Amino acid sequence: MREMVKMIVVLTVLSCLSGGVLAALKNSTQDRIDSQILKFVKGPAIEKILPKASNDPVSDRFEIKIDGKEKNFFVGIYEGKPKAVAFETKAGGYGGEMGVMVAFNINTDKIKGVSVTTHNETPGVGARVETAEDFKNQFAGLDISADPKVKKDGGSIIPISGATFTSRGVCAAVGKAAETYKELQSQIKEKVKTFTK
Amino acid sequence: MAKSISQEFVKGLWEEIPPFRLVLGLCPTLAVTKTVEDGLGMGLATTFVLVCSNLLVSILRNIIPPKIRIACFIIIIATFVTVVELVSQAFAYRLYMSLGIFIPLIVVNCIVLGRAEAFASKNGPVLSVADGLGIGIGFTLSLGALGAIREVLGSGTFWGNPVFGASFEPFTFMVEAPGAFVCLGLMLCIMNMLGKK
Repeated sequence: MREMVKMIVVLTVLSCLSGGVLAALKNSTQDRIDSQILKFVKGPAIEKILPKASNDPVSDRFEIKIDGKEKNFFVGIYEGKPKAVAFETKAGGYGGEMGVMVAFNINTDKIKGVSVTTHNETPGVGARVETAEDFKNQFAGLDISADPKVKKDGGSIIPISGATFTSRGVCAAVGKAAETYKELQSQIKEKVKTFTK
Repeated sequence: MAKSISQEFVKGLWEEIPPFRLVLGLCPTLAVTKTVEDGLGMGLATTFVLVCSNLLVSILRNIIPPKIRIACFIIIIATFVTVVELVSQAFAYRLYMSLGIFIPLIVVNCIVLGRAEAFASKNGPVLSVADGLGIGIGFTLSLGALGAIREVLGSGTFWGNPVFGASFEPFTFMVEAPGAFVCLGLMLCIMNMLGKK
């Protein structure tokens, strides 16, 4: 009996200590990890869809609370004026959740560009979404009310061949982003104005 | 048991150098040695976990009840692995991205649990740290060597810098999985030849 108690006590104490230490470490590194992710994962994706912006969109960003969660919006400045805003949405692909960064032109309210930040798609099949510029370019210029769909689902987007699920996921993410943009349009435009220099 | 600290340290470098002599820890050995940098990074991460878990296990060796020792070791090891994961995410994000899933997989690395069970649970803290450090550095060097061979032949670079002229056609087989097996096999063969005399 005493041995039993000892086993339980030792294991419990050890687990609690481990949990405590890790929670503390997680808390103290969270900010740095977030900024590293912004720099290495979202940075390159933003650069692709906001090319030649005269500012650094990763640092010129603002937050809006959506359903209690802060969402980052990245501002692209062209010719001295903020002209585009980009943010990330998530949707399911073939191998789990994909992160898709979508940029909108705030003057014309049209999609400016789409790029993928994180994904778990099959290498050589769905993972081609990273480099399939022809596929992603189809979204540029679409109106925010045009719900993008692949051809098989009655839309106009030509999917990456052999990767219909991935393509559907990107469409869904873009659709979601357009939805969010439509909802927050006035708020976004208000905030973007503050970046005029 | 009468071995000195330096003997415990040195044995990990040659006599019991993990992937070649003990043929343990092959999962990271094969998977992440595509470049020297990844190999060394993985080795250092494992060394850190090995030294810390050896130290803690040997300090707690009289408190941990024998029946649940493996469970306790795993908690200790998993804690340090998570520490490595968070710290590398915060301070070496590029390395974290290229090592990916293999950082959490250090938990199931036979070397770490093997040293805790076979050595640290029977010896004092100082000897255990020496043992962990030796084995860890041996592991790091092995991964570095494998990484160097595979990177030079497979991509024609060393630490990211090209070593051959522009006319060099990379032997891509070496950076793929079968190349890892062939390379490890040849290294084992050479080590055995040297060891026999």
